[in-house]
Amino acid sequence: MHRGGRKMKQNENKKNYLIDNGLVGFVRRNMGILIGLAVLFLFLSIFTDSFLTTKNMLQVLRQICINALLAFGMTFVLIIGGIDLTVGSVVAISGVSIVMLLNTGMPLPAAFLLSLLIGSLIGVINGSIIAFTGMPPFIVTLSLQGAIRGVAYVITDGRSVSCENEVFNAIGNGYFLGIPLPIYIVALVMILISVILYYTRFGRRMYAVGGNVTAAQFSGIHVKRITVWVYIISGTLSALAGIILASRMYSGQPASGQAYESDAIAAAVLGGTSFNGGIGTIGGTLIGALVIGFLTNGLNLLHISSYVQMIIKGIVIIGAVGIDILKNRNKKG
Amino acid sequence: MSDNYYLEMLDINKTFPGAKVLNHIDFKIKLGEVRALMGENGAGKSTLMKILGGIYQKDKDSGRILIEGKEVEINHVDDAKKYGISIIHQEISLAENMTVYDNIFMGCELDAGIKGFLNDKEMIRRAQAIVDELKVGIDVRQKVGDLSIAKQQMIEICRALLSKAKVIVMDEPTSSLTQTEIEQLFEQIRKLREDGIAIIYISHRMEEIFQISDSITVLRDGSLIGTKQAGELDNRKIIEMMVGRDLDNYMRNDAVLDIGEVCLEVKNLNNKKLKDISFTLRKGEILGFAGLVGAGRSEMARAVFGIDRIDSGQILVGGKEVKIKSASDAIRAGIGYVPESRKEEGLVLSNSIKFNLTISVLEQFIRGCLVNRKKETEIIDEYVNKLSIKMASADQLVQYLSGGNQQKVVVSKWLATKPDILILDEPTRGIDIGAKTEIYHLIVDMAKAGVAVLLISSEMEEIMNLSTRIVVMYEGRIKAILTEEETKKAVQEDIMWYASGRKKDEAE
Repeated sequence: MHRGGRKMKQNENKKNYLIDNGLVGFVRRNMGILIGLAVLFLFLSIFTDSFLTTKNMLQVLRQICINALLAFGMTFVLIIGGIDLTVGSVVAISGVSIVMLLNTGMPLPAAFLLSLLIGSLIGVINGSIIAFTGMPPFIVTLSLQGAIRGVAYVITDGRSVSCENEVFNAIGNGYFLGIPLPIYIVALVMILISVILYYTRFGRRMYAVGGNVTAAQFSGIHVKRITVWVYIISGTLSALAGIILASRMYSGQPASGQAYESDAIAAAVLGGTSFNGGIGTIGGTLIGALVIGFLTNGLNLLHISSYVQMIIKGIVIIGAVGIDILKNRNKKG
Repeated sequence: MSDNYYLEMLDINKTFPGAKVLNHIDFKIKLGEVRALMGENGAGKSTLMKILGGIYQKDKDSGRILIEGKEVEINHVDDAKKYGISIIHQEISLAENMTVYDNIFMGCELDAGIKGFLNDKEMIRRAQAIVDELKVGIDVRQKVGDLSIAKQQMIEICRALLSKAKVIVMDEPTSSLTQTEIEQLFEQIRKLREDGIAIIYISHRMEEIFQISDSITVLRDGSLIGTKQAGELDNRKIIEMMVGRDLDNYMRNDAVLDIGEVCLEVKNLNNKKLKDISFTLRKGEILGFAGLVGAGRSEMARAVFGIDRIDSGQILVGGKEVKIKSASDAIRAGIGYVPESRKEEGLVLSNSIKFNLTISVLEQFIRGCLVNRKKETEIIDEYVNKLSIKMASADQLVQYLSGGNQQKVVVSKWLATKPDILILDEPTRGIDIGAKTEIYHLIVDMAKAGVAVLLISSEMEEIMNLSTRIVVMYEGRIKAILTEEETKKAVQEDIMWYASGRKKDEAE
């Protein structure tokens, strides 16, 4: 759009224009949000007694795991220029499903896999409708958001289903070497999807699709195929989050995961993912999820009411993203 | 049957809804040959090449494509790639968010040991090698969005060079390159020719064509006019082939226009895309702007209308200098502008005819929050009748009107503002003959009523038939302004001559 205005002093300081994928580059690109995270951390450590305790830290990190998984999937979807509003509903339906399957006597691995597949299937539906009909992702996933949650209510009669399976309940509540199990799961997922995003042909092509669909098509990239796969990844990660949440609550609840998509989007955007597609990193999203998690925890510890919390969170997100946009505008001159 | 042709496209037809754009085209090329593909805008060059590249499909049951004598199907970009066909598109198609080497390898990324995993190191090395060879002077790890347009175009060329193509199509590759960059490109093309690669080169610039091509194919109105060796042709002959000889079929605009005083004067207008534009426009006159796509005609209109920034120069309306910084300044000065792409810039497609007709004159019938329905209906009726817009009712949505009727709505919208000066940018593009004639009548009627009309069109007949005087532009500059006398005597070849960058005195 503003191509003409970009006759930059190209070669003077070439190095500045290189994308630095190392730690230094990462810190530089996410400077704003990192400073925000540090200030928040410092503030809460000073003004509350209970924030900087091992117990609270592990507690917060465990809470953050759910949002982090959703936000990773959302980052993928945003990179190809889409959006997935079904993630919260997938959390509900997968949580309900695994508990109901376990209650029928199905062994845990099978129930686990089947519940994950439900998430994948929803991804197939999302992705296929978007890729093959050309309907806007916002509309498609907004409609399915309601539909999927409806299914979760129908199969449970609107009641939560409690779970007696000890092994299952340990997924969300257990510890290994003093660290909550969900943290290991998220770490593993993070490594896996970072490899996909940065080191595979598929990941690179996601950036191409989000950056310039026409260019991608002209280069022979199967845009539709990539679109469907990205929604499958988002759906599957949401299902994983739903399973962990159900385990944590010892029950599958059809009302769980309500409005989770907004925290997931917020984490991705705080972490530098562009709503226009083509830009986004897993590391950035993780930091975004940490900020949101610490903020929520801190506000609770400060005994701020949940209504006021909503106001503060909204302002923080607008502020952080706004600063980022202004910063980039200045850079472009 | 095939004497060493690498690629043969035989009897190719292509129909778009409502228009036949390619008519039994034969196109053959040998390896090591540089072929120029020429024709006016809309002659079918790009369509033919998009069929070759697998982006469009030829009509079913029409024609065949042969590679090395064997018939093949090209239904997807992948197919084209498989047969060694690489296309550099006219519009730059790069992902600005990605690095140069990502773009160069887009769609054909190099694998590391395991399939599906990337070998960035090797991609960077190879991309840098080709970029250095072309002396582009960039680090391939830079982001494409940070580069100038010229560099971006060079990257497109690098991409084709790297793809190990047998046939490379270059659609106007030099349109934003500097002279040195063009030289480097030509050097590469010659090298490619020695390596036995076939090049199909589309350009409007005559000098380039004769500098680089072995043979020349000319298309006109979707038909093949002929393929000749470059040595057998010269500028004049090519232009004759491009415009055809059926010039006498078109009626001149014989209406006697009452031309009044100067109402628009543009003096030494400069901006990023325009150099030293000066002209005058009189009341009741139709001033035609001819030139090739990208010659800067629309940019001129946009600058005069206040959409694009003006760096220096003056605009005088009715003898007084006016500062036009926005479209509303221009409207206040009595200028109207019917833009080139009516869908994007001129109409709210999802709204009614009524809405679109009155959107720019709301103040005529709305006072405060009172709407004068009678006045509104009057305005609508006036133009609907005048232009014979075919519609069910004024509440009909504009998107369901034909292209011709849509265009009439746009023109009416501006006429309703009663402008002194009206700029029409490609008013008849993509509409049928009947609607065209109505628009021609409308233009002449407006001029008769004293409106000064500035008409931009790529259809040569249109310009020649309607204009009182003709301005020819080339690369952002005015190459010639034909006087009334000259306009009456002008033939298409004269205009093409200037439009391809020649000066007046160079003529033969």
